[in-house]
Amino acid sequence: MVDLRRAAAIVGIHEHVTRYAPDKSELQIQGESIIKALDDAGLTKDDVDGLFTASSSIRNSGMNLADYLNMYPSYVDNTTVGGGSFEFHLSHALTAIAAGRINCAVITYSSLARSGGVSVGTGGVGRYGHPILDPSPDSFEEIYGLTTVGLYAMIARRHMHLFGTTSEQLAEVSVAMRHHASMNPEALFRDPITVEDVVNSRVISDPLHLMDCCVITDGGGAVVVASPEVARNCKHTPVWILGAGEAIAHQGAGKRDLIYIAAHQSSPRAFEMAGVTHDDIDMAMVYDSFTITVVETLEDLGFCKKGEGGEFVSGGRIQVGGALPINTDGGGLSSNHPGMRGIFLLLEATRQLRHQFDGTARQVSDCKIALAHGTGGALGSRHSGGTVILARD
Amino acid sequence: MTTPWNKPLPTVVGETKPFWDSCRRGQLVIQYCRGCDEYQWYPRGICVDCWGENVGWVQSSGRGTVWTYTITYQNRTTGFADMVPYVLALVELEEGVRMFTNIVDCNPRDVHIGMAVEVTFQNATPQITIPYFKPAS
Repeated sequence: MVDLRRAAAIVGIHEHVTRYAPDKSELQIQGESIIKALDDAGLTKDDVDGLFTASSSIRNSGMNLADYLNMYPSYVDNTTVGGGSFEFHLSHALTAIAAGRINCAVITYSSLARSGGVSVGTGGVGRYGHPILDPSPDSFEEIYGLTTVGLYAMIARRHMHLFGTTSEQLAEVSVAMRHHASMNPEALFRDPITVEDVVNSRVISDPLHLMDCCVITDGGGAVVVASPEVARNCKHTPVWILGAGEAIAHQGAGKRDLIYIAAHQSSPRAFEMAGVTHDDIDMAMVYDSFTITVVETLEDLGFCKKGEGGEFVSGGRIQVGGALPINTDGGGLSSNHPGMRGIFLLLEATRQLRHQFDGTARQVSDCKIALAHGTGGALGSRHSGGTVILARD
Repeated sequence: MTTPWNKPLPTVVGETKPFWDSCRRGQLVIQYCRGCDEYQWYPRGICVDCWGENVGWVQSSGRGTVWTYTITYQNRTTGFADMVPYVLALVELEEGVRMFTNIVDCNPRDVHIGMAVEVTFQNATPQITIPYFKPAS
C-alpha cells in the first residue's frame, strides 16, 4: 500500500458546545461550526474543496448542507455508518487529499436529539413514528422489540457469562468518564459519581443501568483536514493522520461470534498503516455509547486480551494519569451525545495533541500519539468501526 | 375477539414469503445451500457463502439454546412500551444459526444463557404468524 502517513492533517476544529439548542437548526449548527473551525485553522471558505457529513435526521445531508452554505465542493462524502461515521470521513479525506483530488476538507455533524425529545437508546424502531419495516433484516428483528441499549445489553450479558465481567467493572467506565467531565466546563454532568451510584441506578435493559448509558444532548462540531502544504501555513501545529482502518461487523448469516466487534478488524489495519504499536499510544478516544462499548472496544483494539477489558478499565487505569487515559472530555457517558458522537472523538484527540490543556489536570502529559475509535450501529446486530491514529510532530 | 396487533409487523417480499407462509402453518424453516453445505439466517435470495441463488428451505427442529439475552425494561415503541419487562434474546438453533426472538411463557428472571428453548407461534394477523421461543418441554 502507498505510504499515507502524514499525507494529511487536522488543522482546524470547533465544537458547538451547547447541550440544548432548541432555537437553532441542525444546518445552522453545522454552518457555524465550519466557519469557526476554518477560523481556528486560519483558512477561509474559498480554501475548502471537500465536504464530508453524516446525519440521521437531515435528508440528503451533504447536498442540503452545500446549499445552505452556498458551497460548491468538488468532493462530497455522505458516508453514514452510525456514530463512527466521522472516523470513516477522516479516513476518506486522507485518501482524497493524498490522491491530489482535494487540498482541504471539512467534516461536520450536528443533532438536536435532546431538544427534539428523541429517545435515542430506548425508542426502538418506533421512535420516529409508526414503522414500516424493511423486508430484511428489520422484519426478522424489530418484531421482537429491539432497542439500541438492548442490543448492547445482550453483548454485555454474553461478556459477563464468558469472562466473569461484573456490573461493578462496567461502572468503573462511567466513574472515569465522570471524573474527566468534572474537568470539562462544557460537560452535561460534572458531579463525581461512584461505582455504587451506577449499579444502583435503575435498570434500562438488563444488565445495563441508566448510568451505563450515554447522555442525550444537542450539539455538533466540525473538523478541517488539509494537505501538508496547506497545513504548514495554518495557525496550529498540525495533527497528522498516521493510520486509518475501517470495518463493518454483522451477524454473518447467523453464524458470526458477536463477542468480537468491528474494532477487531479495523484496529490491525490502522496500526499496520501507522507503523506504531499499542505502547506508542498516549491516549485514546473510544466511543462510549454504553460502558460495555468501551470494554469491548479496548479488547478488540488490542489494548488487552479478550475478556480482560473489565479488569483493564478498573482502578483508574483509563483516567488521566493512568495507563491509558480515554475520553478526557468526559465522553458520551457524561459530556455529550447527540446521537452520532464520532466527531467529538476527533475534536478531543486534536485538543490533547495540541497540548491545549497544558498546565491543567485534563492534559495527558507529553501527548504525542492518540487513537480514536468510532463505533456506529449496535454491537448485538451490526455496526461499523473506524480506527484512526493521530500524531503531532 | 382479540386485541388488534399493535406491534410492528414484518414486510413480506418474494425472497422471504416462503418463511412467513411456513410460520402460518406452524413450521419454522431456515435456508440451506446444498453446494456449500451451510445453513443461513435470516432468509434471503442468495447464499451468503457462494453467492449462488440455489438456496433451499429446510425445516428446523425448532429447538435451540439461549445464546444471549436482555430483559428490556424500557422501549417507547407502541406495542412494546406496555409489554415490559420482556426478554429479547438471540437463540442458537440446533442447526447452528442464531436468530433474534423473545423468550415467552416464562418468568423473565428464569431465562439464562444456555437455556433449552423451543419454538412457539403466535398469530398476529390473518396473514402473519410470528415465531417465538419458550422453555423446552
